[in-house]
Amino acid sequence: MSNPSKPAPPAGAGAPPEPSGALSVRIDEKLFRAADGGLVRAIENLAFEAPKHGFTVLIGPSGCGKTTTLRIILGLDADYRGEVRLPEREGRVAVVFQEPRLLPWRDVEANVRLALPHELRSADLDALFATLGLETMRSRFPGELSLGLARRAALARAFATEPSLLLLDEPFVSLDEMTASRLRALLVSVWSARPTTALMVTHNLREAVELADRIVFLTARPGRLRGVVDLDRPRAARDAVWREATLRAIDEAYPGIL
Amino acid sequence: MALEAAGLSEASSARPARRPAGTALLTVLSLAGLVALWAVAASLADSRVLASPAAVLAAGWADTVTGELPFNLAMTLGRVAGAFVIAMVAGTAIGLAMGLRPRLNRFFDPWLILILNVPALVVIVLAYIWFGLNEAAAIGAIAVNKIPNVVVTMREGARALDPQLAEMARVYRFSALDRLRHLILPQLQPYLAAAARSGLSLIWKIALVVELLGRSNGVGFQIHLYFQLFDVAAILAYTLAFVAVMLLIEFLLVQPLEARATRWRRRPA
Repeated sequence: MSNPSKPAPPAGAGAPPEPSGALSVRIDEKLFRAADGGLVRAIENLAFEAPKHGFTVLIGPSGCGKTTTLRIILGLDADYRGEVRLPEREGRVAVVFQEPRLLPWRDVEANVRLALPHELRSADLDALFATLGLETMRSRFPGELSLGLARRAALARAFATEPSLLLLDEPFVSLDEMTASRLRALLVSVWSARPTTALMVTHNLREAVELADRIVFLTARPGRLRGVVDLDRPRAARDAVWREATLRAIDEAYPGIL
Repeated sequence: MALEAAGLSEASSARPARRPAGTALLTVLSLAGLVALWAVAASLADSRVLASPAAVLAAGWADTVTGELPFNLAMTLGRVAGAFVIAMVAGTAIGLAMGLRPRLNRFFDPWLILILNVPALVVIVLAYIWFGLNEAAAIGAIAVNKIPNVVVTMREGARALDPQLAEMARVYRFSALDRLRHLILPQLQPYLAAAARSGLSLIWKIALVVELLGRSNGVGFQIHLYFQLFDVAAILAYTLAFVAVMLLIEFLLVQPLEARATRWRRRPA
């Protein structure tokens, strides 16, 4: 098999290549033990890539394993078959969970700074707080914030760490549409200021069409890859007409999501 | 930013000020009522075994002038403090370990129930027999009596730790120290406060028994002495002096610390 005249590659085809800045996910199988003791197949043969500095949206019906996929990428669930390759091997990962998950006993500013590595602890966060409209909320405790403001604080925490990978788990769910669209605009502006490889989970196709460079569709449980749609149009140029046309086209190709 | 800070500090200083004004008066009234009831009962009974408040005050003053009461108070307080620190640290460590590791908990739970149900007197007597009539045995015996209660409380605290926040801390790579200071201790604070509260009162009661059985000073020793003389006024004087010290600790130390630790709960949205 091996040819002595040629230098052999370090560890054959299985060796991890240099990190490319993209997130690559391959989950061959993820099982859950149900309450009755039986095994439930949550994810099966799901593989996709989130391109470097692109905004990828993972979309699918509820219970299809979207949040589980995020947890696997975050390293919070190691009980699966497959492989996750992060954009940078030692790079920071930031997450905005469905719930804001702020420390209730620390004020907003402390919550953000505690997520920072020690060398960044005293960084200037004025610009970030200003972009997210949190200047006057820095010394408030999370219990004093509305859900929308708490989500903004969670966004501030995620962006403050200057991550190489940003994960968002339905960050706009259970907000009224006005607050949600304002928050989406904030997300776009703070993300555009420093684009990072981002993966967002949602079940809202309109949201995906507004934000995504790439949409990854999942099937119902067990979650499999249903298809991938790339949207090349710059976000600023996505007017209502284009969005409606795109929605209709996607709905024809992947019915049942809208 | 400066305006904001000023506004907030004003709000937080105004809030606690409102509370003591009303409740302090009520506390004073309540205590005055108790003393009055006691004085009436003592004058009706008119007996040496129910001393009047004035007699108790006189007995306490007499021993204060000789320096006996402050000395014995300090001895007991020292033992209480030592045993308290040992019990809280050991109990918290054991309680957290048991609360976080189900297998460990299942193994040691019977031990815990056993120790919980050993009478304080037995622990004290055995400590003196095994380790001699010395200070270490005395403080150790007090601590051992308290540790199981702390373990039970802190085990509940460990079980109530929020796994969602733990995941957040893991993703954002909190250091071990940050995790303890900003994530775990604030969540355990109500349990620590409960264990400390019930701990202080339990410990000083046990400390008296320890002193009565094997020490030659302290409030427990003095009460034993005055019991042999049937001097109720002196017994009550020592008791009330120590209760007063414990109340001071509660008001000057425990409550301000607690108010600081829970300030994030108080402010309404």
